[in-house]
Amino acid sequence: MTVEHRLGSVANYVDERTGAAAWMKKNLQKVFPDHWSFLLGEVALYSFIILLLSGTFLTFWFDPSQREVIYEGSYEPLEGLKMSAAYASTLNISFEVRGGLLMRQIHHWAALIFMSAIVAHLLRVFFTGAFRKPREGNWIIGIGLLTLGIVEGFLGYSLPDDLLSGTGIRIAEAIIQAIPVVGSYLAYFAFGGAFPGEAFIPRIYTVHVLLLPGAFLALITAHLMMVWYQKHTQFPGPGRTEKNVVGYPLMPTYMAKAGGFFFIVFGVTAFLAAVASINPIWLYGPYTPGQISAGSQPDWYMGWLDGLVRMAPPLETHAFGHTISWNILIPGLIVPGILFTGMALYPFIESWITGDKREHHLLDRPRNAPNRTALGAMSLTFILVTLINGGNDIIATHFDLSINQIMWGTRFGVFILPPIAFVVTKRLCLSLQRADRELVLHGRETGTLLRLPHGEFVEVHEPISPEKAYLLTSHEQAPPLELPAVDGHGVKRAGALRNKLRSRMSIANAEQVTKVSADDLKEIEHH
Amino acid sequence: MSNEIEAIKDPGLPAHVHRKADTDPVAAKRAERQVAILFAISALGTILLIVSYLFIPDDVFIFIPVMGDQNAHQLGLGLGMAISLFFIGMGAIHWAKTLMPDTEVVAQRHEFRSPDKDRKEFVEAVKSGVDASGLGRRSLIKRSLGAALGLSALSPLLLLRDLGPLPGNELEKTTWKSGTYLVTDPGNRRIKSSDLEVGSVAQVLPEIADPEHRKLSDIAKDAVLLIRLRPQEFNLEPDRLAMTHEGIIAFSKICSHMGCAVALYEQQTKHLLCPCHQSTFDVTRAAKVIFGPSARPLPQLDITVDSEGYLFARKPFSEPVGPSFWERDSQ
Amino acid sequence: MKRISRYRRHKAAGPFLLVFALLAIGTTFNVASAVTETEATVADRSVLIEEGRQIFLKGCSSCHGLNAEGAQIAPSLVGVGAASVDFQVGTGRMPMADMSTQAMRKEPIYNAEETAALAAYVASLAPGPEIPAESSLNYERDGNTAEGGELFRNNCAMCHNFAGQGGALTQGKYAPTLMGVEPKHIYEAMVTGPQSMPVFSDKTLTPAEKLSIIKWIKSAEQEPNLGGASLGRIGPVTEGLLGWVLGLGMLIGVAVWLAMKAK
Repeated sequence: MTVEHRLGSVANYVDERTGAAAWMKKNLQKVFPDHWSFLLGEVALYSFIILLLSGTFLTFWFDPSQREVIYEGSYEPLEGLKMSAAYASTLNISFEVRGGLLMRQIHHWAALIFMSAIVAHLLRVFFTGAFRKPREGNWIIGIGLLTLGIVEGFLGYSLPDDLLSGTGIRIAEAIIQAIPVVGSYLAYFAFGGAFPGEAFIPRIYTVHVLLLPGAFLALITAHLMMVWYQKHTQFPGPGRTEKNVVGYPLMPTYMAKAGGFFFIVFGVTAFLAAVASINPIWLYGPYTPGQISAGSQPDWYMGWLDGLVRMAPPLETHAFGHTISWNILIPGLIVPGILFTGMALYPFIESWITGDKREHHLLDRPRNAPNRTALGAMSLTFILVTLINGGNDIIATHFDLSINQIMWGTRFGVFILPPIAFVVTKRLCLSLQRADRELVLHGRETGTLLRLPHGEFVEVHEPISPEKAYLLTSHEQAPPLELPAVDGHGVKRAGALRNKLRSRMSIANAEQVTKVSADDLKEIEHH
Repeated sequence: MSNEIEAIKDPGLPAHVHRKADTDPVAAKRAERQVAILFAISALGTILLIVSYLFIPDDVFIFIPVMGDQNAHQLGLGLGMAISLFFIGMGAIHWAKTLMPDTEVVAQRHEFRSPDKDRKEFVEAVKSGVDASGLGRRSLIKRSLGAALGLSALSPLLLLRDLGPLPGNELEKTTWKSGTYLVTDPGNRRIKSSDLEVGSVAQVLPEIADPEHRKLSDIAKDAVLLIRLRPQEFNLEPDRLAMTHEGIIAFSKICSHMGCAVALYEQQTKHLLCPCHQSTFDVTRAAKVIFGPSARPLPQLDITVDSEGYLFARKPFSEPVGPSFWERDSQ
Repeated sequence: MKRISRYRRHKAAGPFLLVFALLAIGTTFNVASAVTETEATVADRSVLIEEGRQIFLKGCSSCHGLNAEGAQIAPSLVGVGAASVDFQVGTGRMPMADMSTQAMRKEPIYNAEETAALAAYVASLAPGPEIPAESSLNYERDGNTAEGGELFRNNCAMCHNFAGQGGALTQGKYAPTLMGVEPKHIYEAMVTGPQSMPVFSDKTLTPAEKLSIIKWIKSAEQEPNLGGASLGRIGPVTEGLLGWVLGLGMLIGVAVWLAMKAK
């Protein structure tokens, strides 16, 4: 039997039962645009698969129980010590199970890469405007994945019940406890009693290996299905329009590249796990609430939260026999809540400002959306400043600074630096637009000097290709919204204040350097 | 505005540029060989993985520059796995890049919006369905359905009640009572005031009947830090001074901010630093907060000595230890 | 004698005599001073104290006062004991170079004998903690690693970090790394409580417990990093940094290559 014949009989078997040939034929030819930044989401996806595989391995040996055991394994410095079964089983995986430590490290490195990839992917989607209609829902799913990822990671590294992660759980319990009215009840329900109790690790184990992975699978499937169905966005350029997708077919090119990239991600993760030690829990020791290590931090994706908590002013309200800890609630719940809600709603905020209700399948070059890019830079700056404060003790010891200086610096910096970042970025974008305009009008500076007959020196400019000219001018430059305060009959419009705000933001958002038109080019030619 | 001004025209997809392997069979063969070599390297990686797993004992160390002494077994496992995976990927991608078709294909997008006819029919279908169900007309059904569903949602909430006991006043109580002796942690030895020199600290727990089986939940509230200063270094109100003994002062070790162990004592400045969020407490002023996010000082334990000089607590803590909570009613 | 005198005018005679004389002096001095060290008589002790006082006057009194009584910028050394001096001078912290935040470990200025002399002098001022004898520092025999680890995490990790890598204190001060510190100095630090470090008196942390701590520290120091390069043993900060830079960095590198058109 030839390959075709055999393939034919398999296809026949399946198609007779499912009718799959029709939609498979269409989808095998599906076109995917090719840009390296489109692979960031893939890194996250593949990291998730790696987490599932390595995580399953770990569950075969991990004992999610806080019952007290005496350590009897091979690691001498912990011999005979009391610890939880969770900690002891993690030690067992690290020292007794061949490949156990490697798998633990692959799992944790994959988690770090997963979160980095999500953030990098989020930034790419944001700065290119890929969240606009019809992809608002997918953006919200993405923010959901980011939030769940942060929780999943925190729960994951808390499972071994070591000194560092146990400290993190103490902080989490304090946040729960601080919630007004129901805090102490929620904390007692979560922990099955007083902290640390013996119920928390088994419970978060269920959340970490069952509930959240289930949620991830559902959300990631929905996320990918949307991308599949709505087709991926593409960067602007010659031949690319809002109505087409230019790229390579799924079979064979995209399959090989994307499939190969899975092995790349797995390989790089395994490489990191081979050469760099991560979470050496045997050095931290088992968790007990009476101990603490200098330089205790959560994993990086929670570092900004830690930084916020560290810089919070010491505010508490004591009234009528009750306490409200603003110093915990504001940095721990309120600010993150505002941040993530704002992020989730951003597509709708932006479409409200621009009044743009059309579909967008061509991406923006970030410089052509100066307000959005500046807003993104501002948010990034905020996160970076808080992240720095989260590591202020490590930074202090390594760079000869004081934690007090860094704390005060970031307390002010978190208010001062983001607006500065906004202004600088916006100006940078407008400058780049100006540079683009120059490039289109006058061509590329070649660096060659030419002396004209009458003595003038000029630099020779090489005109850019029509493809490049199109790329630099194909973006839209919508005018600001027209929202007059009074209508045609002079009657004041309803929602005047909202419209005024919207109008102002629309004007600010529409600030652009006018792009070159064909008429401009014709004028230049007559020079 | 841009409608009136003519935009620069789209020159269309640039002409396809052939790769060497597209036109030159020698180049194609070379690319094929390169892909094969990449896959072969992957196979070598797998062999390294297998050999390390089965044959390299886990107590052999080799020196790698920059990284120092590395465990050969672990390194072999990890690098073997990394190489075996990575080069499959490299081979597949190189194959796709050099040999698989790279002519750009154009596919058309279709408007998502359904045709008006379909939308109308959809609305009709839903409306007729709702009408047929009678939900619109029969308000009794609607209301009773709502009530039934709403009530049934209560049962899962109720079933979760036994997740934990009610806190009661547990958050306000510790093991410390009047007359509880202070013992070292670890070691569980009683402490005499003469055991402490000026400038020394001791990690302390309350003496209990079965010290071998302390519960972590108790330690989470009982841990105490004992510090000795010179009595003249104190700057305390008389009632707080009375809770010290000859320069020895005791504080709850559980941070009043979020519950980490505050045990970092700076002997010269007499400050306690919590490493979690850098709350700083001044021991000479009854652990008053002088920096950082904590809003309350650390609770002080009233201590004194018995006839043999052993330290014990005169009273339990006069306020709840640890992080704040809604029902906390002090200061 | 006549045979040697024949070579009196040999051209190699000069250099030979020079080398011989140097060797002779050197050997004699070593032997003689070795003899002085092992024979600790009362007379020798007071010589040592006087020697120490001389060194003190030259190198320490400008800050610590002519009689070690202390001044604005430096504390009194009366009662700090030989152990304090052995620690501070032996780790190079004293004489203090940079007066800003705290004394840092550096190359000692004074050699072993000078340090011993200084210690003897300061010890003579008033009773204080003594330098632990060699026999009482046998942590391999008298210490328990696991117990030492528990004690370390209870008493030391909050300043020095879980692996003894050091940590931040307030206002730019720091608890230094414990890696590469002599066991004797670790013991002395616990007993004397240098600068910001509290004192761990022998009743609250017994000598056996102190030896266990030292044994654990040494075990951690010698323990190879099982999972790969250690990244400093300071926790998630360096791990996160490496994940972004090396992990995502390598992946973006491959992604860029992947999307590039082949030649």
